[in-house]
Amino acid sequence: MKVSVRWLKEYVDLIVPLEDLCERLTMAGLEVGGVEVIGGEWDDILVGKIVDVNSHPNADRLRLVTVDLGKQSSTVVCGAPNVMVGGKVAFARVGAHLIDGHSGERVQLKPAKIRGVVSEGMICSEKELGISDGHEGIVILSAEAIVGSPLSEYLGDTILDLDITPNRPDCLSVIGIAREIAALTGSKLHIPEVSYRELGRAIDLDAAVEIKEPNLCPRYCASLLDGIKIASSPQWMQQRLSTCGMRPINNIVDVTNYVMLEYGQLLHAFDYDEIRGKKIIVRRAGNGEVMTTLDGIERKLNSDFLVIADKERVVAVAGIMGGGDTEVTNSTTTVLIESANFNQAVIHRGSLGLRLGSEASLRFAKGLSRDLPMIALKRATQLLAEIAGGKVAKGIIDVYPGKKKMEPISLPVADIKRLLGMEMKAGEITKTLELLGFGCMQAKSDSQVKVDVPWWRTDISCAADLVEEVARIIGYDEIPTTMLSSQLPRHEPAPMLSLRRQLRNILVSCGFQEVLTYSLTSLEMLGRLSPQLRLIGPTPMKVSNPMSREQEYLRTSLRAGVLSVLARNRRYQEDVIRLFEIGKIFLPRERDLPQEKEMLCAVISGSERKLSWRGKVEPIDFFIAKGLVESILSRLGAIVGFEDGEDESLCLGRRASVMIGKDKLGVVGELHPKVLEVFELSEAAYLIEIDSEKLLSLMAAVKKYQPILRYPSTSRDVALLVDEQITYQQICDIIQNFSLVNSVTLFDLYAGEQVSAGKKSLAFRIIYQSPTHTLTDNEVDKVQQQILDKLQLDFGAILRS
Amino acid sequence: MMLNQVEDLASKASDELGKITDVNDLEAWRIHYLGRKGSLIQILRSLADLPLKERRAVGARANELKEVLEAAFVEKKRNLRQDLALSQRREALDITLPGQQVPLGRLHPTTQMLEEICGIFSNMGFQVVEGPEVEWDYYSFEALNIPADHPARDMFATLWVDSEAKTGGRPMLLRPHTSPVQIRVMEKSRPPIRIIAPGRVYRYEATDATHEWMFYQVEGLAVDRNITLADLKGTLFEFARCLFGEDRKCRFRCDYFPFVEPGVEMAIDCLVCRGAGCRLCGNSGWIEILGAGMVHPEVLRRVDIDPEVYSGFAFGMGVERIPILRYGIDDIRLFYSNDLRFLKQF
Ligand SMILES: [Zn+2]
Repeated sequence: MKVSVRWLKEYVDLIVPLEDLCERLTMAGLEVGGVEVIGGEWDDILVGKIVDVNSHPNADRLRLVTVDLGKQSSTVVCGAPNVMVGGKVAFARVGAHLIDGHSGERVQLKPAKIRGVVSEGMICSEKELGISDGHEGIVILSAEAIVGSPLSEYLGDTILDLDITPNRPDCLSVIGIAREIAALTGSKLHIPEVSYRELGRAIDLDAAVEIKEPNLCPRYCASLLDGIKIASSPQWMQQRLSTCGMRPINNIVDVTNYVMLEYGQLLHAFDYDEIRGKKIIVRRAGNGEVMTTLDGIERKLNSDFLVIADKERVVAVAGIMGGGDTEVTNSTTTVLIESANFNQAVIHRGSLGLRLGSEASLRFAKGLSRDLPMIALKRATQLLAEIAGGKVAKGIIDVYPGKKKMEPISLPVADIKRLLGMEMKAGEITKTLELLGFGCMQAKSDSQVKVDVPWWRTDISCAADLVEEVARIIGYDEIPTTMLSSQLPRHEPAPMLSLRRQLRNILVSCGFQEVLTYSLTSLEMLGRLSPQLRLIGPTPMKVSNPMSREQEYLRTSLRAGVLSVLARNRRYQEDVIRLFEIGKIFLPRERDLPQEKEMLCAVISGSERKLSWRGKVEPIDFFIAKGLVESILSRLGAIVGFEDGEDESLCLGRRASVMIGKDKLGVVGELHPKVLEVFELSEAAYLIEIDSEKLLSLMAAVKKYQPILRYPSTSRDVALLVDEQITYQQICDIIQNFSLVNSVTLFDLYAGEQVSAGKKSLAFRIIYQSPTHTLTDNEVDKVQQQILDKLQLDFGAILRS
Repeated sequence: MMLNQVEDLASKASDELGKITDVNDLEAWRIHYLGRKGSLIQILRSLADLPLKERRAVGARANELKEVLEAAFVEKKRNLRQDLALSQRREALDITLPGQQVPLGRLHPTTQMLEEICGIFSNMGFQVVEGPEVEWDYYSFEALNIPADHPARDMFATLWVDSEAKTGGRPMLLRPHTSPVQIRVMEKSRPPIRIIAPGRVYRYEATDATHEWMFYQVEGLAVDRNITLADLKGTLFEFARCLFGEDRKCRFRCDYFPFVEPGVEMAIDCLVCRGAGCRLCGNSGWIEILGAGMVHPEVLRRVDIDPEVYSGFAFGMGVERIPILRYGIDDIRLFYSNDLRFLKQF
């Protein structure tokens, strides 16, 4: 909301410096977003009066204009069409700062010779003064302007740009802001007296109003003026409107706009002669009903819209925009002025439906006072009678089905202390609220104040609202600063949070960079995770108003996001990239919110291309990825196993399910080449995915201490020759089951020329150790022999010498 | 006579030892003087031929010498080894060559910020809780005193989830703020309540350098008897002091959010101009960092907490804004485009 300080001054005494005023408004909830000074640079611009106009000797379109400046006069060359003797103008002396009418740049006026005649200054247009873009003619000032006085006294102004919160529609008006200023600075308010003479015949004889939807239109007021003359509105009104960013149109429309800015009430003027049946009907639109709005666009309506109709047709979309049929034109002689209150919801929906966010709907959508239509209508009628010269019909139509009595609010004095933490007496509270126009009645005891809410404060409905009023008027700075002293609540454990934190920290210490990717994605993106480009898993949930196709579905997997990040970064980074995300995936559920499941997804990819003076870096392969899974989970105290996996995103034979007992926890493996290809990845990448919630449920609840073995261990190396299809795990499981075996480490794996076809050789180091004594060679030999026998029996394993 | 021979040996051995600079020479020296066939042994062997008196004198002296030489040998050997170690290390490394880095990852800057914020509030007794990102309209708006068609809904451009057909008309959405967690917590527990709720939020918003459609917020809520706006001020000023430093100035001003009354906007003095006014703060000298207020009595009533007995405060803040201010990040979109060149700076 832009408001002119000059205008404000008419309604309230400004007794504090502007800077302080802005600060107080901001602190009290009316944030001043900007301050624009008009005329701050008008030092050398004066009010002048044109006393003589002569033709230019060398140019047909230019004239020599003599301007009286009080103590002196000047003659300048001027090309404006609206130069006339007697006009008061803005005269810039040489040296004045102006906007160049053509280039729009700031310039300083220099003496000039135009077509051979010396020009000692300039008569300015609005554009040159920086008021607007108007450059068709010079500014003509009102007749009262005193010749020779500085222009800034007439046109200078300061515009405050206020950010009005949705609860304060009353402040979308000059008077509303003036009220706030009066309350905040303790200064006096002067609201204009409204009075006019009703010289016409009774309005009921010529017009009627019927409200068919009293819930959607609680009040409709109308006045009627005939014999009006359409013309431009007076200079001062045009000036005001343009300073506030509105374009002057004609006296009728300008008055409705002026009163809207002044009081915050939307008014609409109809050409009375175009209203068929001389009756206004407020109703819902019929489905498919059509009307052409003022902007010339044909609008298709339905029963969601509230409209103003006459006996035959729709003449306006209520509170949003008028229609072309009843628009005030130059031939209009009788106008019906509407000033109504409409339901905020229907206006809000309507303006969304028509994609019309007009000033009008903005105001109604915020819920205006039902008292306002009558007050604003009287003001508009007065101004119209003064400016457009009409005869006002006797009386005002006032259909008011939504009248309700405002009950006073009880404010317990103790609530101030209870909610603000500061003591205040009933008298102080009363004094503060009265500044804002509240009516206060102290109850018999001092413990309560009964408060009558002024009609314009539609936002106040309970004691807490009044507490805020008190707080913001005394200032939030005055409220003390204390620390919470209440009892601490019971602490509820949050195991998922702590697991997440641990997982993150472990991954980071394993070299992984955390990423956070968007929760919304596309079906195409999710489809990329399958070599057949089909969706794996459940159908994702859809956003009904997506911003783009790329952000339309709730992700059912973290993989696509993480792989995209890998691909994007691969363009800049040559060496190993390790990424992970811990985040939610969204799995649809019947008639309920989706299951939000927390997952961990990590990728690792890289190659020997890393440039290093220390030589090559080990390339990443499946076993590095698997080892990471083992390390990470063992840090968390989980013992995991691996089984052949089936995951579609991963390569056959290079993928495993990560298991805890019989439960699948996740997957690890090399990404399928097709998947790599659609993500535009050119080298192998390995994926780790863990279901964090499952991990939490399967993690050993209690870690158990194992005593450290004190007796020395003995190690033996054995190389075994077995059939190729025997797995490491099979052999290892058998060895580990023997007593005294402490650990088994595979240190060589060989298949090739040195062994017969179909065979492979595995070399193990077995560490033997006893908790009770130092082992003798004999004891160890005995167990080792049992192991070899068992392996031979089960797998035909032969000891390689 | 023999004694002289021993003395000669002694001075010769120690002269030679002094000149030795090499381990091999030292070994040769040891063999020559102290070895099984060495000079000293030979002297000791020849003692038998000497008269008793001389034998005793020479024997004592020779044994003494043996100990001295052995000790000198050990000493010399240690010195030589140290010299060697030093000389080997003197084959200087170019210590400016790049060190071999251990790969260490980093947490996303948002995660780091969340940890920092949650840590500060945890210390003040606030417990971290989380709520769903896909929410019912009820929790996101209705229960927060924002009924359908309320003008304040315009403050939250909402992404709706296509679900009405399946859920019988209950509108489902991507939560536009973390405030629904307030309702979920208050439905489940009774005062005293003291929680913070970090998480993702979503807006229907075109993105640019200062707008992102997905971002993180941290919500706070405290409900009990006699919780006041002064407590809110104390809590948040303390938070700002921990986060931005001792000499940061804070300001509370009146603002409007439908689910609090009185409503507050908190600002800190501008990090760049310290209040003088600059581009960062839009010439105001202040930078807004969060919205807050006393929980609206309607909100409490809805979750069956009597607003005449209990009161509470709530606050909510954007998370990315803080690193943006702290590090001078000029584009919020950098956060979730996950360019490692960005992420690795934090
Ligand atoms: Zn600044």
